Amino acid sequence: MAELTRRGLLAGGVVAGVAALTPAASAQQARAAETVVPFHGPRQAGVATEPQAHAVFVAFDLREGVDRDALGRMMRLLTDDARRLTQGRPALADTEPELAASPARLTVTFGFGPGLYAHADAKSPVKPLPRFSVDKLEKRWTGGDLLVQICADDPLTVTHALRMIVKDARSFATVRWTQRGFRRAAGTQPGGQTQRNVMGQLDGTANPRPGTPEFDLAVWRPDGTTQLVVRRIKAELETWDAADVVAREFTIGRRLATGAPLTGVKEHDAPDFAATEAHGFPVISEYAHIRRAHVGDPSLRILRRVYNYDEDVTAQGHADSGLVFASYQADIERQFVPIQRQLAEADLLNEWITPIGSAVFAIPRGCDEKGWIGQEVLS
Amino acid sequence: MSSRLALSLLALATAAAISSCGSAETPTAAAPVAAAPATPAPATPAAPALSITDPWVKTAKKGMTAAFGTLVNNSGADVTVVSGTSPLSPMIELHEVVDKDGKMVMQPKQGGFVIPAGGSHELKPGGDHIMIMDAKEAVEPGAEIPFTLTFADGGTFEFTAIGKDFAGAKEDYQPGMDMEDESHNG
Repeated sequence: MAELTRRGLLAGGVVAGVAALTPAASAQQARAAETVVPFHGPRQAGVATEPQAHAVFVAFDLREGVDRDALGRMMRLLTDDARRLTQGRPALADTEPELAASPARLTVTFGFGPGLYAHADAKSPVKPLPRFSVDKLEKRWTGGDLLVQICADDPLTVTHALRMIVKDARSFATVRWTQRGFRRAAGTQPGGQTQRNVMGQLDGTANPRPGTPEFDLAVWRPDGTTQLVVRRIKAELETWDAADVVAREFTIGRRLATGAPLTGVKEHDAPDFAATEAHGFPVISEYAHIRRAHVGDPSLRILRRVYNYDEDVTAQGHADSGLVFASYQADIERQFVPIQRQLAEADLLNEWITPIGSAVFAIPRGCDEKGWIGQEVLS
Repeated sequence: MSSRLALSLLALATAAAISSCGSAETPTAAAPVAAAPATPAPATPAAPALSITDPWVKTAKKGMTAAFGTLVNNSGADVTVVSGTSPLSPMIELHEVVDKDGKMVMQPKQGGFVIPAGGSHELKPGGDHIMIMDAKEAVEPGAEIPFTLTFADGGTFEFTAIGKDFAGAKEDYQPGMDMEDESHNG
């Protein structure tokens, strides 16, 4: 009888839930599922695209003997998968074609690591980052010849795209690492608004805005390519818990609640790095994160397109969380490396974050209906 | 068929299919694969009666494998495909998969594939397919394999299929006379 009652309650709840969904709301949901990001264009999608809620980054090691010809075959197959799936159509020989029906802003972005260029007997535009003093890199999160960044507002869409891509790549390559990440669920906060990371900080306030000359200058090269850094940054949440709000805000140089610089009121107020308090000390510490990461020249900024990760909790109840840090910039050496050097030297935040993975990739230009990603490199 | 022609064929197949799919404004994002026919470069100046959408071949080291895709008849009369050839294999057969005593087996399709006027005919794993009996070289993933189909009236149609890794399409072969225990990867 008790079971029956419970079941009855559950059924009642479901009915109430359905009734609460207005036709407008369900139509909106349907639209969200069917929203399509164009695949073709001079630049690859998934860079200037407003970050989707879910992402997986998968890096591959090319198998021995995979040459230019084989790379061309691989990239034609992978491009074909991407152009179909992103537009809501099944991949060729898709074993679960029904899963392609909700693209949910799916983007599939390809990156070439230094190793791929070596296989192609071509000069790599990118090289591994120098070692930074804060790095505690683990091989299982580091390096890779080929990267595929798959993002969508629906996690099942991401899973299906990953499956189809991996099935076509594995004759040519083995999987080196997979990093899954998430942001706020689609629709929970307005697009374009800065999101918070697992440490509670607004993350990406200083990002260039897509569609502005500053963005194009910082992110794109004239040939439509860009460069990607993927770093796995572990958040030391157990010790971060011990830091009070004053310490946290002093570390970052911003108010936690608003994201405003300690010298301002609103999130996007420009920080006043010259401001001093009564005793003559700078309001924003010499070692605060935003001062160390600050870049005056817009062409030297980077686009942070980051995702949170949150893996299994340990038996002791400790979190394994952090950031799949992905930054796009026209030139890693010129833009990313100097910023990371500044941070590694003396960022107060280093106490609570540890880079445990690192990889660099060149992002080839986009392609049109007849082309494929990497064509200009591999043919 | 040159690799350039093969590539443009693929691109056409893709472009044609894309035009049928939805944009952000149209809530019909998921168009069926077979919805849009591709028109390959014709062997003759006249518009071809037949085209194929999404042609692919299951990869194989050598020996048996199969080709799939959707044959589209753009003409006002039925088209019957009676045979096929490919430089890949000296022997190609047109096959169907049938239920024999509760077991799905494949066998040569009597009379070939009939593509109805203005209609289409899907070749897929578990259904009708072009059977490559004896591939003399490996079908690599992403490779472009040329095929020629011959119609009942003697006309021909050329297309190129792309090599694709695929776990399925392992129906038992049932030639109707012998080789009953032989299975393959087609």
